Amino acid sequence: MIQPDELIEQIVACYDEQVGMLIPMMQDLQAECGYLPAEHLRRLAQKLHIPITRIYGVATFYASFRLFPKGEHTITLCLGTVCYLKGANRISEAIQQEFRVTPGGTSEDKKFTFSPVNCLGACALAPVMIVDNEYYGGLSPESAIEILHNIAKGKKPPREDQQAEKAKSVGKTRKAEKAKSVGKTRKK
Amino acid sequence: MNQADVRIDTFKSLELYRESVRGHARQTAKIVRVCCGPGCIPKGARRIYDLFRKAIDDAGKRDITISLKGTGCQGLCERGPIVTVDPGNIFYLQVHEEDVAEIFRETVLQDRIVDRLLYHDERTGAGIRTSQGIPFYQGHVRVAFALCGVVDPESPDDYIGAGGYAALAKVLSSLSPDQVIDEVTQSGLRGRGGGGFPTGRKWRSARDAHGEPKYVIANGDEGDPGAFMDRALMEGVPHAVIEGMIIGAYAIGSSHGYIYVRNEYPLAVERLGRAIGQAQKMGFLGKNILGSGFEFDIRICRGAGAFVCGESTALMASLEGRVGEPRAKYIHTVESGLWGKPSLLNNVETWANVPAIILNGSAWFAAMGTQKSKGTKAFSLVGKVRNTGIIEIPMGMTLRQIIFDIGGGIRNGKTFKAVQTGGPSGGCIPEAFLDTPVDFDELTKLGSMMGSGGMIVMDEDDCMVHVAKYFMSFLKEESCGKCTPCREGISQMLFILERISRGEGEPGDLAKLDGLADLLAGTALCALGKTAANPVLSTIRHFRGEYEAHILQRRCPAKVCKGLFFYEIDPEACKGCGICLKQCPAKAISGERKKPHVIDRAKCTMCGTCLEKCPFTAVKKIV
Repeated sequence: MIQPDELIEQIVACYDEQVGMLIPMMQDLQAECGYLPAEHLRRLAQKLHIPITRIYGVATFYASFRLFPKGEHTITLCLGTVCYLKGANRISEAIQQEFRVTPGGTSEDKKFTFSPVNCLGACALAPVMIVDNEYYGGLSPESAIEILHNIAKGKKPPREDQQAEKAKSVGKTRKAEKAKSVGKTRKK
Repeated sequence: MNQADVRIDTFKSLELYRESVRGHARQTAKIVRVCCGPGCIPKGARRIYDLFRKAIDDAGKRDITISLKGTGCQGLCERGPIVTVDPGNIFYLQVHEEDVAEIFRETVLQDRIVDRLLYHDERTGAGIRTSQGIPFYQGHVRVAFALCGVVDPESPDDYIGAGGYAALAKVLSSLSPDQVIDEVTQSGLRGRGGGGFPTGRKWRSARDAHGEPKYVIANGDEGDPGAFMDRALMEGVPHAVIEGMIIGAYAIGSSHGYIYVRNEYPLAVERLGRAIGQAQKMGFLGKNILGSGFEFDIRICRGAGAFVCGESTALMASLEGRVGEPRAKYIHTVESGLWGKPSLLNNVETWANVPAIILNGSAWFAAMGTQKSKGTKAFSLVGKVRNTGIIEIPMGMTLRQIIFDIGGGIRNGKTFKAVQTGGPSGGCIPEAFLDTPVDFDELTKLGSMMGSGGMIVMDEDDCMVHVAKYFMSFLKEESCGKCTPCREGISQMLFILERISRGEGEPGDLAKLDGLADLLAGTALCALGKTAANPVLSTIRHFRGEYEAHILQRRCPAKVCKGLFFYEIDPEACKGCGICLKQCPAKAISGERKKPHVIDRAKCTMCGTCLEKCPFTAVKKIV
């Protein structure tokens, strides 16, 4: 692991020590460490000759910065309008309950970090989440929890395209069954 | 030909280079375009691209040359991944990995159509070969998106071959900065980010402003939920955004540019970054652009996840490395913006319109659209509509045409209820106003606004109080907290809405919401706060009866708000399978096997498990 001093030195040098580039510097730091460790932030403040409070202000204002390490997997759940209308809030509640996480927080076993976002811009898949860079669309609270449990167990669930395929066929058979049963009841 | 080695330093050499690119393209017999846009990538478009690459490599040397392009968004996200094959513009939908070999063998090598992957007309069932024949694409006019889905966003050669950077050459070789501004002014272009401020006038102010250096900024912080046009644009034709910015910089006399991109769009950051690097190497950015002596360069900044940073002054604060809080705008940012210097900020879609206006002339652009809103506008058409996707249409098309002709109407045979435009600053427009032509002013009259272009369609199952509550909780989270009306006002409005949706509304609540809305519009510091009440006001205005049902009768007509409707089992449809009985967490369901079950309302917690689990759709919501 690279020493805090050295890392900050490198990052700051990339941006010619410009204070205006504070946000990109913090983004680089987070990309490197996975979060913003307090020690590194102190060094960064010293290096840029700005008060630590300013850095802390920026870190807590913007949603993408984290002051604590993240879990093994990150759940990025879309809470955009379309996903919301299609029940993303219920998925969010289910995830929070099932894995005992709060938005932005990490589960106790450090398996999952839960980060709901405003919109992923993938509305055709709503409701949608990204876990470890894979998209999972057309979710229900149950299917989301199932996918996450599988990921926790190290089993990679089917990808979005295959899943959509599966859902389609399931939907079809279910519909067909329904149609059949409706037909039957009517006949009776 | 390798773009990395070419530096274009005169207007003449740009034209020669364009000719050579086109000559090369003419020798290509087949072009396969795999849509790698925001809708198709999550559906596996990249793997399809890789499989085509492999198929082409495996086929080895043939007498025909095949070109494979991973393009930006081609529009119809609903049916992605999309693959098109040229010549013939054969349009395949919902392509899966196992279809690749067949497309390659049949269509690419033997000019035969794979009928099963075509779009099929709903009535006749006939396969439609090209996108032009598909209802979704009727009425599209692509200006900003002209090359999106056509060119490979990672290839500057592709962009140049399609006429890219010709507008820049025209500007630098034959137009004065004033002439450029006049051209943009006469085109009637208005800011595509939502405000609709006349672009030419903004440029003029920036040119006339005193102070050096001046900055040119592209706003790619597309924060409205449900909107992804800007993302598609940045990922699909990054060079068009860059070219527009260089032209703007020349017009106002700037040599420094920034593109501020939303953090959630890593691919847009990557593609813009690559495009900037290419433009620098080829001589479109940097010193002495095309030998004209003009100098300009662009830097990318990633947002860090704050909706308010789409607001001009907050965006600039963020670019300065500070907390993204807006400031009062008695001095405009064109006079004192980034670092206190004159700054010209336009939305990425506005920038992407500029090259086309310069090349085709302002009259061409002004001939499209309505009297006060010229040209075209891109929208992301999403929600309960059948064809989700990105469209670019002339201003003035009616909402009905957009939703029913292009969008194909409402999904699952449901009834249209409202369309939400303008994101959290906009509002919901009901059926009665569907024939309204879409332009900046008409939408504002309805209590909504154009916004950046998200168009979210809602059906009978959507509760308007629930929708208003969603936007208020969104805005409560995203309010920066600097000014009191926004910070406290939104919280109070949300508090009232939550009460109403729990069935605890009071008769005076609508008047209270009105009062708070007035307060916000009149006293909030920035546009986020001033327009924050729009989702509430527009739903009260157009769906007052629904609010009253919640408040006075304690019922939710759309059957969304928990506790304001009931679940009931239809005895006709119930087979007595016992699934709901076993799954019910409140043990509220009783009944013998093979006989209709009953829900005990006193015990029911309205969790909805029975509705989801019933295989016979026997569980119904009733008001």
